[in-house]
Amino acid sequence: MENIANIFVKSIFVDNMIFAYFLGMCSYLAVSKNVKTSLGLGVAVIFVLTITLPVNYLLENFVLKEGALAWLSPGLASLDLSYLAFILFIAVIAAMTQLVEMVVEKFTPSLYASLGIFLPLIAVNCAIMGGSLFMQQRAFNNIGEATSYALGSGIGWMLAIVGLAAIREKMEYSDVPKPLRGLGITFITVALMAIAFLAFSGLKI
Amino acid sequence: MSKLFSAKTKEVFLGPLSKNNPIGVQVLGICSALAVTAKLEPAIVMGLSVTIIVAFSNVIISLLRNTIPNRIRIIVQLVVVAALVTVVSEFLKAFAYDVSVQLSVYIGLIITNCILMGRLEAFAMSNKPWESFVDGLGNGFGYAVVLIIVAFFRELLGSGTLYGIRIIPQAVYDAGYMNNGLMLMPPMALIILACVIWIHRAKNKDLQEK
Repeated sequence: MENIANIFVKSIFVDNMIFAYFLGMCSYLAVSKNVKTSLGLGVAVIFVLTITLPVNYLLENFVLKEGALAWLSPGLASLDLSYLAFILFIAVIAAMTQLVEMVVEKFTPSLYASLGIFLPLIAVNCAIMGGSLFMQQRAFNNIGEATSYALGSGIGWMLAIVGLAAIREKMEYSDVPKPLRGLGITFITVALMAIAFLAFSGLKI
Repeated sequence: MSKLFSAKTKEVFLGPLSKNNPIGVQVLGICSALAVTAKLEPAIVMGLSVTIIVAFSNVIISLLRNTIPNRIRIIVQLVVVAALVTVVSEFLKAFAYDVSVQLSVYIGLIITNCILMGRLEAFAMSNKPWESFVDGLGNGFGYAVVLIIVAFFRELLGSGTLYGIRIIPQAVYDAGYMNNGLMLMPPMALIILACVIWIHRAKNKDLQEK
């Protein structure tokens, strides 16, 4: 239990998807122009990450890893399918996004209306795929740890995008040198935020 | 030869190197670009891998473009890209294991690199295979160039080496010079990239925003 809480806090602050690994940068820069839409995208990322990561965890541990198929028959114990990981992970992510989109549309039309355009885009968000690949690399002990990692990373991502959007809204009124306007100054802002987040490194519960 | 490199193909190839650079102007593929640039070697390997994958996935999608149903095209594109990335990743594991360990998850993340989806959607879906191949090469090189510039400064100032070879002599260290450790931290990649964009846009006035 302690471990789960630790992973959760660490993935929000220390191993932040944006500030430590630059994952999901494309949509992060494109959609962070105002707080409301960035909040919507953030919620959608948390949602999809928390659903796809445990599914990929099960896939990794019961199908792909070396010897993972032993539960099916002992003859398969030496099989190592991990080279299929990329294709299967991305297929799961694309399918899950589609599924989540349909479920949300059916049961909560209001949420669908506010997330609408962002949901299909999330299939190609590096943060989702990155989450699954980090899960594979870190070899979590059980599905609880994987889920808390997913939830924490999603929340960290949302925190980052909402923070940047708030800063960019204010920056509209400042006089930035012409060549730096837009992309350049946004990068510098993100860098300063990332330096601030370095203060959390080594944090442990 | 003259037919292969018509004025249009030349434009398609040279455009992404500067005027239409995938990172500086189209804002694509930043996700993986920043994390691998602490050292020159992984940056070059990453640039080459992306170039190869963009060029060949462009050709494959361009060949298939008339047979792919419009509704499931994203999934088809993802599968083609994922297959190519798997090939490159296995190749690196076999022939350049150290680099593939340094690149860790970022090789896998080429699948969701926006340059790929961006070029496939914007170019390969509506152009012939040869032009698509050239477009892929151009965009791959445009991406690699930015990666190499950023990695050059980070490695030189952060560790005093280039491609693993010591550049700043020991005498300078003895005189009190120190490596800038911050250069190896993630935030500096963003700041150097911002400076590259700054210089690039100061030179090309038409790229400035507003």
